[in-house]
Amino acid sequence: MSSVTYVRFELLRTFRNRRFVIFSLAFPLALFLLATGPNRNQQIGGVAFALYFMVGMAAWGAMAAVLAGGAVIALERAGGWTRQIRITPLRTRVYFASKVIGSYALALTALVLLYIAGAAMGVRLPVGSWLRLTILLLIGLVPFVALGILLGHVLSADAVGPAIGGIAAAFALLGGVWGPLPATGVLHVIGQSLPSYWLVYAGRVSQGGGWWPVRAWPVLVAWTAVFGLLAVAAYRRDTGAA
Amino acid sequence: MTANADEITLAGVSKSYGHIRAVRDVDLTIGAGQTVAILGPNGAGKTTTIDMILGLNRPDAGSVAVFGVSPEDAVRAGMVGGVLQTGSLPAYLSVRELLELVASLYPDPLPVGAVLAAAGLAELAGRPTRALSGGQSQRVRFALALIANARLLVLDEPTTGLDAGSRHQFWDAMRGSARRGTTVLFATHYLEEADAFADRVVLMAQGRIVADGPATEIRARVRTSTIRATLPQVEADSLGLLPGVVSAERHGDSVELVCDDSDAVLRALLSRYPAMRDIEVRRAALEDVFLELTRDDAAEAAGVAGPVPGGAR
Repeated sequence: MSSVTYVRFELLRTFRNRRFVIFSLAFPLALFLLATGPNRNQQIGGVAFALYFMVGMAAWGAMAAVLAGGAVIALERAGGWTRQIRITPLRTRVYFASKVIGSYALALTALVLLYIAGAAMGVRLPVGSWLRLTILLLIGLVPFVALGILLGHVLSADAVGPAIGGIAAAFALLGGVWGPLPATGVLHVIGQSLPSYWLVYAGRVSQGGGWWPVRAWPVLVAWTAVFGLLAVAAYRRDTGAA
Repeated sequence: MTANADEITLAGVSKSYGHIRAVRDVDLTIGAGQTVAILGPNGAGKTTTIDMILGLNRPDAGSVAVFGVSPEDAVRAGMVGGVLQTGSLPAYLSVRELLELVASLYPDPLPVGAVLAAAGLAELAGRPTRALSGGQSQRVRFALALIANARLLVLDEPTTGLDAGSRHQFWDAMRGSARRGTTVLFATHYLEEADAFADRVVLMAQGRIVADGPATEIRARVRTSTIRATLPQVEADSLGLLPGVVSAERHGDSVELVCDDSDAVLRALLSRYPAMRDIEVRRAALEDVFLELTRDDAAEAAGVAGPVPGGAR
């Protein structure tokens, strides 16, 4: 039962954090409505403008949510709370699991909000496509979950806010959240090697009833592995665990 | 590892950070139900020692056992509760929610309502942790330590930031826990606190235990007392010749005698000088002992040969 209670309180804390809610939900939603309103009948990157931006903003908000969800560990470290919690019977894996669950709950909320806004702006997809889109986005977030936990262990409490904002913005921009990347050239190559690119790409493939192309998977696995291993190393260094 | 299920045992424990030897070859056994103060200046190794007992740190050498098992296992089994030096409580929870959260982690917690009352937090139960003053936050930490209802309670500088009233309340609650058989281990800078609340004082300096025993015994390590009295027209020099007097000084009408046997000196003075008045006898405070012992240790560290006084047990 203890794990359930802990996760419940972690969820409570996540959704009470006004900054999380503003950056993960309010900003992406407002930007989506502002950008899509006048352009709702346009096409962009081979799909309807509303669909493209709905997925882009959902990806951005969800990315911010999972980055912040892990990076908040930096604040708990600075405050000594992680030390305090380590002398309770709470298992380390439950501590991290609760952070991941909290992050994903906020990310999922961002997706659902943007879906509703997207539907209001004329996005129509078969039920199967909505589901496929959601699954792809949740999978595509995994590297960012690992990155968030990494940042939570290497950054100071003061640096966390700006770092998350900057990193999310960079991944968003280079991944095509703000508009399609050129079909060839350096930006195209960089984009395809980033996990954020495949978040955005999820919109296109789910509409057509497909999944990511095979080349997407090594990118996601590689980023997850790198961030994950660095996060584990940072955790060990931080706690002195062998 | 000699693992006694009723004891906390440190055997030959050392820990270094780089070339800084934070803890050097410490032996310490704490029996169940004892209230033990670890006293020492900053950098003495108090927090490092406590961290090793809590499993937050592993010793480079030696072994630590908590109630017969490793510190990690003791923590996992919910045998350990504590208050560490922390800057802030987790945000976005009320005081009650935070207590419920921590209570949920332990196998046999105290009721939240009772702990709120014991810590004087009943009025603040619904308040967000962010909206607490420093003293209030410290009371919440104290409530967090209580609610665990653990066999070992570890407190790192628990009353820093508490006012005198809350400090009393805190120690009353701790005594209650100790009576129920909880082992209480606390690090402190407040010498009078160690003196008043601990069965046993472990004095650390530069990573070593330099003295270990009841506060009274530790005080007795420096046998001197000071007698002050109003006694005009008697030469300080002649007072200095009395058996038991180490040194004598005159300040106007009053004299100040540092004695190694104040009882004998006092008897002699009263029979010889019946006019003596305003008599005041002061035992060496723990603070004096503390200064003296840590000074010895500094001298020893500087290369003066000699055994470390005290040692474990």
